[in-house]
Amino acid sequence: MDKLAIFTMAGIFLLLSGCNKIEPWVKPYERDHLADPIMSFTRDPVSSSYLHHVFQARESARGAEGGQGGGCGCN
Amino acid sequence: MQSAILPEDRADILYHSYDGGGVEINGPSILVRKKIGNSLSVSGNYYVDSITSASIDVVATASPYSEERNETGLSMDYLHDNVTLSSAFSYSKENDFTAKTLHLGVSQEIFGGMTTVSLGYSRGWDEVGLRGDPTFSKDVDRQNYRLSVSQVLSKNMLMEAAMEAITDEGYLNNPYRRVRYLTAPLTFAYQNEVYPNTRTSTALTLRTKYYLPYHAALHGEYRYFQDTWGIKAHTFEVGYTHPFKKHWIIDLKVRGYSQNKADFYNDLFPFINAQNFLARDKELSTFSNLTLGVGVSYEFAQDGWYFIDKGTLNFSINHIRFNYDDFRNVTAGGTPGTEPLYKFNANVMQLFLSVWY
Repeated sequence: MDKLAIFTMAGIFLLLSGCNKIEPWVKPYERDHLADPIMSFTRDPVSSSYLHHVFQARESARGAEGGQGGGCGCN
Repeated sequence: MQSAILPEDRADILYHSYDGGGVEINGPSILVRKKIGNSLSVSGNYYVDSITSASIDVVATASPYSEERNETGLSMDYLHDNVTLSSAFSYSKENDFTAKTLHLGVSQEIFGGMTTVSLGYSRGWDEVGLRGDPTFSKDVDRQNYRLSVSQVLSKNMLMEAAMEAITDEGYLNNPYRRVRYLTAPLTFAYQNEVYPNTRTSTALTLRTKYYLPYHAALHGEYRYFQDTWGIKAHTFEVGYTHPFKKHWIIDLKVRGYSQNKADFYNDLFPFINAQNFLARDKELSTFSNLTLGVGVSYEFAQDGWYFIDKGTLNFSINHIRFNYDDFRNVTAGGTPGTEPLYKFNANVMQLFLSVWY
């Protein structure tokens, strides 16, 4: 479970490091491009989760596809 | 400052169709999401796969079949300050397979909304059955651990790193699949597959999105995968999103995938029970595929219409070409081990309507 331990510790470290004050270099009023729907990694969740399912059922690789995930439900 | 937000209220109804390698799968998928108050968002999903399969495995060792898979899911997201807590449950059933999955997640925005860190855990309970044998029932337990960090790099660029470790324990075979072995130099026979009872995999993805000055977007993605069965895989994807004439968006993408075989995979074993684990599942062989995708979206009611804020009508097609390096087409005949390598093309279509309210 070494990988799991590293994974969890990295997560805790990143969460705790949020306590530090770092000035955001992109101000909230400069985020109109980033907020555009075309900049979303999953603009249409119903469509991307279907495509992940198509590939997961036909390839050995799985995981880290983006979105919430939750397993393929396929064998 | 609170910048984390809940997902938008929207409903999607999708029809999907897959056609390739003797397999046809189609059906609807419905996803409805609604906020309750300011801090809670709930969603429900219903998904159907209607399958007609005369795939090469089925043609070689069994009979073509039809079946249906239904999946129902519920999820809840709760937002407090910059933290989103999420939970989801899904239940999937087909006549010889059921899967239950529970998901828990936490996501936090830090550095003034520049960085979002998400942690997730899923637990799955599957039950594998066998058509024609009501006494056959085997269990699989699955656990997924996810960590992702998304980062605003500039006014025009986002990046995300995601890692997911998955462990499976239980009956991981497909009970219908067989391996073949030589009985004499020119003849072969089949025996059942034998898989290990555990599998652990790790996937690491880096993806980025870049806003182009004339209002379009580019994205790129790479995933590295490896598991305890000896499989390593690489996935890459690049895409381009281009809005035009106020109402339209076109999406183009290219995706490539390659993997090497599992340690215990062989297209043709030299004799019966040649080793302790045996597989001839083409998904465990050495192969690659290439996908070309195009999607078109039309936005309507941009200024609202009755209770809806806007809607989109979308169509996409993905063409996939699979090429196997050590999985042979036994239906072609010939000397065992020298049949042509298997390959097939598939077309995946989606037509869906989305409304925001």
